[in-house]
Amino acid sequence: MWHGRPAHGRMRKMRMPRSKEEINRMSAAVEQVHAPMSKQVTFTVWFCLLGLTCVEVFLAYEQLELRVMLVLLMTLSIVKASLIIAYFMHLRYERQSLAWTLMPALIFVVGMLFAIFPDSVRVLLMKPK
Amino acid sequence: MSSQAHELTAIAGESVWSGGASPYAVPSKKLGMWLFIVSDAITFSAILIAYSYVRVATQVWPRPFESASIINATVMTFVLLTSSVTMVLAVRAAKLGIRKRAAGWLFATLMGGVLFDILHLREWFWLFHQGVTLWSNPWGTPLFGATFLGLTGLHMTHVTMGVFYLAVVAIGTARGKFSSDDVEVSGLYWHFVDLVWMFIFPLVYLLSARIG
Repeated sequence: MWHGRPAHGRMRKMRMPRSKEEINRMSAAVEQVHAPMSKQVTFTVWFCLLGLTCVEVFLAYEQLELRVMLVLLMTLSIVKASLIIAYFMHLRYERQSLAWTLMPALIFVVGMLFAIFPDSVRVLLMKPK
Repeated sequence: MSSQAHELTAIAGESVWSGGASPYAVPSKKLGMWLFIVSDAITFSAILIAYSYVRVATQVWPRPFESASIINATVMTFVLLTSSVTMVLAVRAAKLGIRKRAAGWLFATLMGGVLFDILHLREWFWLFHQGVTLWSNPWGTPLFGATFLGLTGLHMTHVTMGVFYLAVVAIGTARGKFSSDDVEVSGLYWHFVDLVWMFIFPLVYLLSARIG
């Protein structure tokens, strides 16, 4: 929205708030307006996290093959991390632009970190017999 | 102008073109904490992936964690998860304007952090007693000590810093110096520390369990 040129002819860079009402309106923009998350949701998420932890410990006692273990445990951990981010860290209830700014970049960088990972099995699998 | 831009203008009470928009509708300190968390998450990812790389590339990796250690680490996980719940309750109380209760829950949260540290140090000293150092251990590849102590040490540093951070926020909240937003921002940090442990626990402990 273009406000036009002020009388003194220079382009205005910033406008100071005029009234107390306006200041209140501006600060309301950055105040968190949503209602607090219900206790029921909090405790449900907590029980889910505890339950998933128990499943992980149970898997450790099952002594599965390392690669199977790794896939199962990491899947469960990603589910747990998502629950923490979405509910405890409240990202689910924020404006979507915040998640879209933060998460794709994080996922991309972590994905790139895996670029050299296949090299880890090279020494074990490809060494001359 | 699009309807979204109109909405932003309406929220911020200022023209989009003069920087009045608040695209995320969060206070700047909260956005700052989120950006810190993302960068810290990348740091931990790098170390965890490096650990996993070394773990997969090493033929025989030490498995020193017997049932007692696994139970200890499980209790640590429960303590940290529960402290996250008390943190949520602290934020809730702060948002409802009940300062004393918020400070109380913050204190409960930081006590969870202290308990976590105590249990973790007990584990560390048990390993030191077995002869684990950064450079050597009685079971095999010397990389075990460096990766284990490096990973868990960085996490423990985060917990310890978090305990101090929460103490400052708890005192400030009780005295009415901090707003509910400050409590929420400290909560973001604490939940992140909890989140990182959700990866360290299975990767370091459960994959190196010696059971049966």
